[in-house]
Amino acid sequence: MPDLIAKSALGLPPLTHAGTTLMESALPQITAIAPFPGQTGAVGDALGLAFPAPNRVTEAGDARLVWAGRDLAFLIGAAAPDGLPASVTDQSDGWVALTLSGARAVDVLARLVPLDLRGVQRGQAFRTALNHLPLVLMAEGEGAFTLLTFRSMARTAWHEISDAMEKVAARTALVQ
Amino acid sequence: MRIDGRGRIDRTRPVTFRFDGRVFAGYKGDTLASALIANDVRVVGRSFKYHRPRGILTAGSEEPNALVEIVGPANQTPNTRATVQELFEGLVARSQNRWPSLRFDALEVNDLAAPFLSAGFYYKTFMWPRRFWEGLYEPVIRRAAGLGSLSGRHDEGVYEKAWAHCDLLVIGAGPAGLMAALTAARAGADVILADESSEPGGRLLSDDAVIDGLSGADWVAQVLAELASLPNVRLMTRTTVTGVYDDGTYGALERVGLHRRPRPNLPRECFWRIVAKRSVLAAGALERGIAFQDNDRPGVMLASSLPAYLNRYGVVPGQKVTLFANNDSVRATARSLMAAGVTVAAIIDPREDAPDEPGITVHKGAQVKRARGRMGLREVLVRVGGREITVETDCLGVSGGWNPSLHLTCHMNGRPRWSDDLAAFVPVEGAVPGMLVAGAANGSFSTHGCLAAGTQAARASLEALGVTVGQADLPQADDAPYRIAPLWAVPGKGRAWLDFANDVTVKDVTQSAQEGFRSVEHMKRYTTQGMAPDQGKNSNVAALAVLADATGRGIPETGTTTFRPPFAPVSIAAMGAGGRGEGFAPQRFLTSDQASRDRGAPMVEAGLWYRPGYFPKPGERTWREACDREVRMVRSSVGVTDVSTLGKIDIQGPDAGRFLDFVYTNTFSTLPVGKVRYGLMLREDGHVLDDGTCARLGQDHWLMTTTTAAAGLVMRHLEFVSQAFCAGWQVRFVSVTEAWAQFAVAGPLARDLVASALGHAPDLPFMGCAHVVVQGIAGRLFRISFSGEEGYELAVPTRYGEALFRDLTARAETMGGGLYGMEALNVLRIEKGFITHAEIHGRTTAFDIGMEKMVSGKKDCIGKAAAARPGMTGPAREQMVGLVPLTDDVLTAGAHLFAQGVDLTREHSAGYVTSVGYSPTLQSHLALGFLQNGRARHGETVRLVDRLRGVDVLCRVSDPVFHDPKGEKLRA
Amino acid sequence: MRLTCPLCGPRDRREFYYSGDAVLLARPATDAPPGAWDDYLHNRDNPAGVTQDLWYHEQGCCSWLKVTRNTVTHEILSVESVAGTSTAGGAA
Repeated sequence: MPDLIAKSALGLPPLTHAGTTLMESALPQITAIAPFPGQTGAVGDALGLAFPAPNRVTEAGDARLVWAGRDLAFLIGAAAPDGLPASVTDQSDGWVALTLSGARAVDVLARLVPLDLRGVQRGQAFRTALNHLPLVLMAEGEGAFTLLTFRSMARTAWHEISDAMEKVAARTALVQ
Repeated sequence: MRIDGRGRIDRTRPVTFRFDGRVFAGYKGDTLASALIANDVRVVGRSFKYHRPRGILTAGSEEPNALVEIVGPANQTPNTRATVQELFEGLVARSQNRWPSLRFDALEVNDLAAPFLSAGFYYKTFMWPRRFWEGLYEPVIRRAAGLGSLSGRHDEGVYEKAWAHCDLLVIGAGPAGLMAALTAARAGADVILADESSEPGGRLLSDDAVIDGLSGADWVAQVLAELASLPNVRLMTRTTVTGVYDDGTYGALERVGLHRRPRPNLPRECFWRIVAKRSVLAAGALERGIAFQDNDRPGVMLASSLPAYLNRYGVVPGQKVTLFANNDSVRATARSLMAAGVTVAAIIDPREDAPDEPGITVHKGAQVKRARGRMGLREVLVRVGGREITVETDCLGVSGGWNPSLHLTCHMNGRPRWSDDLAAFVPVEGAVPGMLVAGAANGSFSTHGCLAAGTQAARASLEALGVTVGQADLPQADDAPYRIAPLWAVPGKGRAWLDFANDVTVKDVTQSAQEGFRSVEHMKRYTTQGMAPDQGKNSNVAALAVLADATGRGIPETGTTTFRPPFAPVSIAAMGAGGRGEGFAPQRFLTSDQASRDRGAPMVEAGLWYRPGYFPKPGERTWREACDREVRMVRSSVGVTDVSTLGKIDIQGPDAGRFLDFVYTNTFSTLPVGKVRYGLMLREDGHVLDDGTCARLGQDHWLMTTTTAAAGLVMRHLEFVSQAFCAGWQVRFVSVTEAWAQFAVAGPLARDLVASALGHAPDLPFMGCAHVVVQGIAGRLFRISFSGEEGYELAVPTRYGEALFRDLTARAETMGGGLYGMEALNVLRIEKGFITHAEIHGRTTAFDIGMEKMVSGKKDCIGKAAAARPGMTGPAREQMVGLVPLTDDVLTAGAHLFAQGVDLTREHSAGYVTSVGYSPTLQSHLALGFLQNGRARHGETVRLVDRLRGVDVLCRVSDPVFHDPKGEKLRA
Repeated sequence: MRLTCPLCGPRDRREFYYSGDAVLLARPATDAPPGAWDDYLHNRDNPAGVTQDLWYHEQGCCSWLKVTRNTVTHEILSVESVAGTSTAGGAA
């Protein structure tokens, strides 16, 4: 029997408005790690990555440990070792990863996200909302962001962001 | 009339526009109001109640008269203030509240009937006879009421919402606001300067102020240039801060595209939520009028609008202007008008000790008694020194003093204080946490006072944030004192207007007091003063001063009504931007979505999810035919359906079993690895929260499923129980709903289908679970059933969902089975008496659904104590039953159940129906419902009545499990 | 309205779900008298002044929070994690 075929959440080509590009990333490997009480230090040691403080990301090489909520972090770009004193679940299929980058990315997100993202640096990540959608927002630096939201809501997320991009682009065109 | 060489309009860019069908010319930089004045249009609208001809009163957003409809290709916007609407090529505007035309308005008859239309008219007149209300009064009033009209179509315009954040929000860009922004910006603070006009500067663009030897406008340009050079300042023009909310949140409306021809994707308006650590309110002050007979005639205007029209737009509304003021502020206006070549007929000043004005006749101790000129002012009648004179004039500028624009300071329940010196309310300190008020908004009316106050407010705001601000030189400007002698209404007969927008006169207010509506809040509602789109900006203080006089109290004792958001009208379209169509709510799509749509399945909403209702086959004419076929298919061969919408919560840790025992009524810690158990969850008040299965995947690893509807609710509940009561426990849980696509395979051939998909027999007992490999992919298999047939649920990571769905569908079809949708799924579960949230709707207990034995006596659990309270069990409760009609009639959910022979009244209702469906298996309509003492009444006949839908059917009460009551098929 | 989540920092109120009086934290024993359960489940004060209620940071870190606030002035006096922050993340 042939293996089942994997599909991305959207399969849409990148979209650019006002020098700002929205694209769907390839499915990253995401492992949710929730240390049991008192075990954050031990988990960090086992991973070789400090368990992140709220709103932070720790990284080493390709591996990033992204704070994703109370007692919860997402390990991205590396596999979790066995035997962690934590709950470990594969979340790779649960989220769609979008990247928004370019000159007006912060302005686009200001239409959707209730946080001040000006001056946010790589190493910061936030659990918040993209309009009504759940959001894990990672700053990639240089005005680029990775946005994780529920995979089933990918089309709504794309609609919301592209809609905001079009409006920002229309405003930008006035100034130019 | 246009004045050469004046104004900030761009005379190289002429603009044509339409008003009431006529084509006019103006310039870029004009407002609709200034362009109409340039074209000598005097009457721009009809008043709300009496349909009196009205002209432009002000030059600002407080305008009560000049409200027009703006007609665009995609929308029609009523009640647009012509004083705010900027001109653009092709603008189409229409006057309002007139029929058939502005010059001749049939409803002007109301003006003649004025003696009958005074305050409280509606309350007094339309009380009786009562039967006239619906047939006569309401339709007539509705036709006459309201201002402006909508297109009756969807507004297809683009609107936007956005967030902004700053250290300091400065509201208003006049002298105080500019200095506040400049001071804070120079100190490095993150500043937003919001101003409602198209151009910052406030009164400096209108008045002849001199700052540091520069004209007001030049000084503004210099400050703006510096602000533009600073990256930490955002200047938001055309942005009105409309509301103050808790914890430093401000609402603001930006006019993005209203002043230009529509462009694709360009928002018309943007509603901003601004989060500011501190704010400075520098919103200036609003001039107020003086009431006298017929003071609403076109050509009577607020005095301060005259220099605004002259110096910003290069227009004057008359050739022979008279000024009537109880304070000194019109003196500069008079000089400014004369310098522009406009004749100033006289200054009428009620103060006996009013100063002289070189070159102008000043009537001291004088009052304007009456204005004449129905369609445009011709003359005013002036009482001076015991005699009356007539002054010929085509424009009267009135100033009754200035009211600080303190509205925003009242949005958090602050109450302003009365100042006798200013004859005005002034804001109280600390009314809004984090907000300071500066300049005219705080009662400092001189230019110097504004500059100084703005600087000081910024300094204090920043110091509160821990930022030290260096000393800087204060620009030098005029510091003349403000002198005023209060005058609200000129005594005399005839009607003298206070509230132009709602047609409220001095007499209405005094009558309100006479009739016992003496409180300012009662007067407001009785007369409707201050309830128009302008919210009484022009009339509140004068109206309560008249009320104070009529009731023999002082103004401070009379008090003022409460200013609430929004400060200026905000279109609902802006507040709801994006919330229509696709943007109304998030949409959640299954991996099988496209495959289902490809097969013509109509999608139904289940919470945010979209699920297939049924899969029509050629020749099927109704949903019922498809549904019946799908049910028969599952009962006879095999069916496949997507159940990924069920909530899936992964629970891990040594204390996981203990935690499950606490949140479920039944015991889970004893469940062997590789087994699944049905579980019931209660709310703490003893009612059922949710049900579902929970599988033990490993020693410390569990997978809970919830219903689709309650997935979020259960997660929130588990978090609460865990964080509040089990904080130290070695257990963690995380939602994996999105990570797995899961498909139910049900029917006598289910095992064969699963075997075919896996390449080997599933070999699972009923309520077993296992890790499996599905065509190269690690998945999970559960032997559970929601249909009553042998059933499996096969789960794979979501990315493989669509492939597995198509694969299972194809295999099912080769076996004579196929897909089934929500309709068939519902019928299958009704046949088996399985509950959904139709049954566990929040008022049912474990006892009601026959599951009281699932509440373990051996352990505590959430809801256990409350479930045992008196009244939560027993024969008086409505218990779940099955209902089978004695005839072949359709049943309806929501119908009530009655014993035979009783009156069909509410008191006799013995229960209700929760779920209905046609069972092709039993060839009968079936229902599930709740009936008092129902379990003891099996076999009884009851009446099922739905009066809304005309259903009245006799039904036999039965066990809710209609099909395979022993569960032999499940366990096969 | 904004709440300062002990983990996430200051956030707009739309990230939070409101869930009533903080008395829900004081769960009686299963065998407590009916009156104790009645008070716990149903009886609520409605103070003009300081009150404590529960909020859930649903569009955030998922912390349940006990918020002390003044219903008259709208002042937020404190926001605490129901479970305390000791079990939370932190590189320490």
